[in-house]
Amino acid sequence: MTVLVLAELDGGAVAKASLSAVAAAGKLGGDVDILVVGSGVDAAGAARVVGIRKVLVADAPHLAHPSAEDVAALLVALAPTYDHLVAASTSFGKNVMPRAAALLDIAQVSDVVEVLGPDRFKRYIYAGNALATVVSTDPKRVLTVRTTAFAPAAAEGGSAEVGKVEVPAASGLSAFVGQEVSKSERPELTSARIVVSGGRGMGSGENFKLLDALADQLGAAVGASRAAVDAGFVPNDYQVGQTGKIVAPDLYVAVGISGAIQHLAGMKDSKVIVAINKDEEAPMFQVADYGLVGDLFKIVPELTEELKRAKSS
Amino acid sequence: MKVLVPVKRVVDYNVKIRVKADKSGVDVANVKMSMNPFDEIACEQAIRLKEAGVATEIVAVSAGEPKAQETLRTALAMGADRAILIESADELQPLAVAKLLAAVVRKEEPQLVVMGKQAIDDDSNQTGQMLAALLGWPQATFVSRLKIEGGKIEASREVDEGLETISLSLPAVVTADLRLNEPRYASLPNIMKAKKKPLDVIKPADLGVDVAPRLQYVQVEEPAARKAGVKVGSVQELVQKLKSEGGVLA
Repeated sequence: MTVLVLAELDGGAVAKASLSAVAAAGKLGGDVDILVVGSGVDAAGAARVVGIRKVLVADAPHLAHPSAEDVAALLVALAPTYDHLVAASTSFGKNVMPRAAALLDIAQVSDVVEVLGPDRFKRYIYAGNALATVVSTDPKRVLTVRTTAFAPAAAEGGSAEVGKVEVPAASGLSAFVGQEVSKSERPELTSARIVVSGGRGMGSGENFKLLDALADQLGAAVGASRAAVDAGFVPNDYQVGQTGKIVAPDLYVAVGISGAIQHLAGMKDSKVIVAINKDEEAPMFQVADYGLVGDLFKIVPELTEELKRAKSS
Repeated sequence: MKVLVPVKRVVDYNVKIRVKADKSGVDVANVKMSMNPFDEIACEQAIRLKEAGVATEIVAVSAGEPKAQETLRTALAMGADRAILIESADELQPLAVAKLLAAVVRKEEPQLVVMGKQAIDDDSNQTGQMLAALLGWPQATFVSRLKIEGGKIEASREVDEGLETISLSLPAVVTADLRLNEPRYASLPNIMKAKKKPLDVIKPADLGVDVAPRLQYVQVEEPAARKAGVKVGSVQELVQKLKSEGGVLA
């Protein structure tokens, strides 16, 4: 049995999310190859990932900003020799994999959190309120995997064979125009060890500066609830929840977040949860390890100061 | 330009669902049902395209049990012109729904399909991408800004790193993300008018589509619950606890 993982590159290395996909692929049993896609691809880093047999390099000018149409066509071309096609549940994986699955007439299993066997998986439904065991009856399987559920494969230590693959011609159906990348000195939200998130209780985007200061003290990433995104306080890439990003840091600090079902779906696997809210009935307190009831505009600066003091003493 | 808007009837987003005791599934009897929130956003976008003179007709489509007619009436009350229900008592999974929608598209020949990026019940996030694949159309998923001009779409997509803008040729499939718009509420006169708008009911067999599920949901269980922790009295106590018990602060 063989597995192909569609991997994303971050600079010269395989992105952490894709390393989690490699780890999940390893649990399927069988050889794992990875596919990297781009223009002028440096596959040296990919070849050092532990646990893989081969790195397939799809290198073509039209893959510089790979479209779902072109990557799906590539996966379909490579599919005959593989039993499983796997990608991380990133915005890239979620965009591409169902397209490839439909072209192959395969029902995809999305956002797998546990591999029970080559055709048997666990995944959450209803915003994480039910955990389903799913059996795929198709001859091949297409999976996306939740990255927080699989510890990433080691990025260094392997020495896989690297080979180029033939790239189908560009579909010409869509074209990349541009991107606005949120620039931040802070760790990336989905892989940060500590996350500080704000909700509607923050009151404004301006007030998120309070969280920035706290995050700087903790070396944390800053996230937000859907309510805060809806209210326009912060951009959508801050969103933690069912339809935003799924995070599972060591410490999650929820500030002014009531704890709607769909937000909890994105963070309840965090190791330690702290809730700060003026409403002591807020559902967030029911999942928090430590709750502090009070005015966040007083508590957050105080907490930032206390951490600063604790650090210098 | 004709626009097709697929809508799904789902358990309302405010309902805390219960897993059945025999682990056979989720208990959806007697719970409030609504239009999938992302489909509402898609529907709103189609209506705005019509108001802007870009779209000429909006056809809402749903697949599922007879009660999905209610969801289609909601779409009609918001501003869709007519509706089609593909009625089926069977479990319809994303690939089957994509095939049904592709068959409807071939009949109706819209230039654009706008739908939600994900349904909040099975959280699959597949149907739009699959539909685009089956039709051989380009796709713009997770869209938060949409411009249609001169037979081209320019769409900004919500990606993990921020925003990505792509251009697509028509016909195309667009899936709506949260920030695309804020859906309107249907007014009472429009709800009354919607009752008179045409709603056709057809069957999967009429479209020649095999909807047999490929995935078996063999067990559905309650996820491990998190226990509520303790309330602390002060910031100092919190920091101290995080250091001693939590072990997450150095």
